[in-house]
Amino acid sequence: MTVALAVGIDVGSTATKIVFKKDQGDIHCHIRPTGWSPREAAQAGIRALLEETGYSESQIKATVATGYGRIALSFADRTVTEITCHGRGAAFLVPGADLVIDIGGQDSKVLKINNQGKVLDFLMNDKCAAGTGRFLQVMAAALGLDVSELADLSAGQEPVKISSMCTVFSETEVIGLLAQGVAKGAIVAGLHQSIARRMAAMVGRLGKPETKAVFTGGVALNLGVQRSLEQLLGIPVVTHQYSQAAGAIGAALIAQKMI
Amino acid sequence: MEGNMLANFDSIREQNMIALKEVKEKGAKVVGFYCTYGPQELAVAAGAICVGLCGTKEDPIPAAEQDLPRNLCPLIKSSYGFAVSDTCPFFHFSDLVIGETTCDGKKKMFELMAKIKPTYVMQLPQTQEGEASLALMYAEMKKVKEEMEKHLGVTITDEAIGEAIALLNEERRTLKEFFDLNQAKPAVITGMDLLKVSWQLGFHANRKERTVLLRRLIDDLKAKAAEGYHVGDESTPRILLTGTPTGLGSEKVIRLVEECGGLVVSIENCTGYKTLNQYIDENDPRDKLLLLAERYLKIPCSVMTPNTGRLELLERMIKEFQVDGVIDLTWQACHTYNIESTTVGQLVKDKLGLPFLHLETDYSQSDVETLRVRINAFLEMIQE
Repeated sequence: MTVALAVGIDVGSTATKIVFKKDQGDIHCHIRPTGWSPREAAQAGIRALLEETGYSESQIKATVATGYGRIALSFADRTVTEITCHGRGAAFLVPGADLVIDIGGQDSKVLKINNQGKVLDFLMNDKCAAGTGRFLQVMAAALGLDVSELADLSAGQEPVKISSMCTVFSETEVIGLLAQGVAKGAIVAGLHQSIARRMAAMVGRLGKPETKAVFTGGVALNLGVQRSLEQLLGIPVVTHQYSQAAGAIGAALIAQKMI
Repeated sequence: MEGNMLANFDSIREQNMIALKEVKEKGAKVVGFYCTYGPQELAVAAGAICVGLCGTKEDPIPAAEQDLPRNLCPLIKSSYGFAVSDTCPFFHFSDLVIGETTCDGKKKMFELMAKIKPTYVMQLPQTQEGEASLALMYAEMKKVKEEMEKHLGVTITDEAIGEAIALLNEERRTLKEFFDLNQAKPAVITGMDLLKVSWQLGFHANRKERTVLLRRLIDDLKAKAAEGYHVGDESTPRILLTGTPTGLGSEKVIRLVEECGGLVVSIENCTGYKTLNQYIDENDPRDKLLLLAERYLKIPCSVMTPNTGRLELLERMIKEFQVDGVIDLTWQACHTYNIESTTVGQLVKDKLGLPFLHLETDYSQSDVETLRVRINAFLEMIQE
């Protein structure tokens, strides 16, 4: 019997995530920059993943699109919001979690979920991109660093206080701190802590989580933010090798139910 | 609703602009109201035409921001913007404007508005409880009556107030009957149509004609419903909208809910259902102004503390309208509704076990896509 594939696509502001889910067994995941065309990024990602796994396009039986670019994917069978998809995906990656903290390229959200990953309540950041992946990118550039270097640099450092969460004002503040001779590691630790504080405040509005949180989205790749979140929330904040693709995994799980 | 049924409602505002100009030229008097606390019975008793002036459109906000801070409720800015830019014919034709000290933003805005137009600002108590509050409300009813008599050059008799009470009772009963049609599942009126009908009616200069029009629509709808007409179906998420006022121009949350496949089955705000079940006993022999004071003091608005009446009303509406989820809309910088949202959320989520979404926004279209994601996800929470 040939394998039937369920496909989940999460077109984020920065990265496009594609996930293949089979009836049984592992998931396959591919991540690429979204670029200027959500549709092209998604199609190129599907082609790359088909090549990598050796499956053929005819084995794709259902496709669910999510993320801000979901509307552009007219070939998808269904679109579902990233909120619902992250809930499903996070519960799949980390069974037993009751909270999802997602920080993507331009937005951030916290979700209360049940065992099945059904969203019970959620909050999303307001109109601006403060404290998101883009914020970290701009700060890293101001420090002459790449985002991938931030976590290591901040390990064990005493965080300096960053007062502004606005990307533009924070950049000015960071440049000022550098001019005062403050160590880069302390500044980065401070940036991580300010992001974590912001997320912890959102979590607080939803009510206290009881078991553990799943940390998803591109910023989940940053261990420094994860450490700060654990300190502030007092519960385990778990990441997974596929944390960045949690939304696409949720979309694939929903697609699988349609087959 | 099918287009022809609402044809009479599409252009009430436009038609009445022209009608208003004509009757004004013949000497008719006009009183403008901003809020449900304004006792329209007194204006009706004075033989004046009442018009609703509450700003629901974004267009005049830049004009308002020349005098008012940007970080202020869009309803206040829109109301003032229409006045100061003289772009609202209803304001233009008003001989007297009735304002209220509802929130801080409004009471200070009315100080500025009073420089443009004769304005009487009613002093509202902060609480519905206690004799002092009722005494203040009663004193204010007297003041409003005096101000109207002075500015309109008339004498308002008890008999005329009694007739106005009966007329407005009937109007509110009819509008409630219209809203209540949506207790049916599936519903028979979309949220956008609820809004259109109730908002347009507020501009109709002829009070008796208002009720006649609405009565005809109710009868039509009942007949259609008997033949199986409905909007949405059994599985359409039924949303109750609560919070700050909505009108045409500030309908974006209602529109988004319905674009995303939900249905706003009722609207618990002051432009919707909030005051529709508050009547005055027409046979009560006591002082008519006291009867008005008692009635208006009972309005469950967030400017009152405590405001338990809103929670009771919400709980009742959630049951009667078979609601699946509640959306609480707060206009940016409206502190009283914004803070009260925590209490409303506790009622909906913890006591009644229903999904609850609080949205804070303004009249602009800049956040439509982020609102759409939230509303879509909220509807998915209900459906999945």
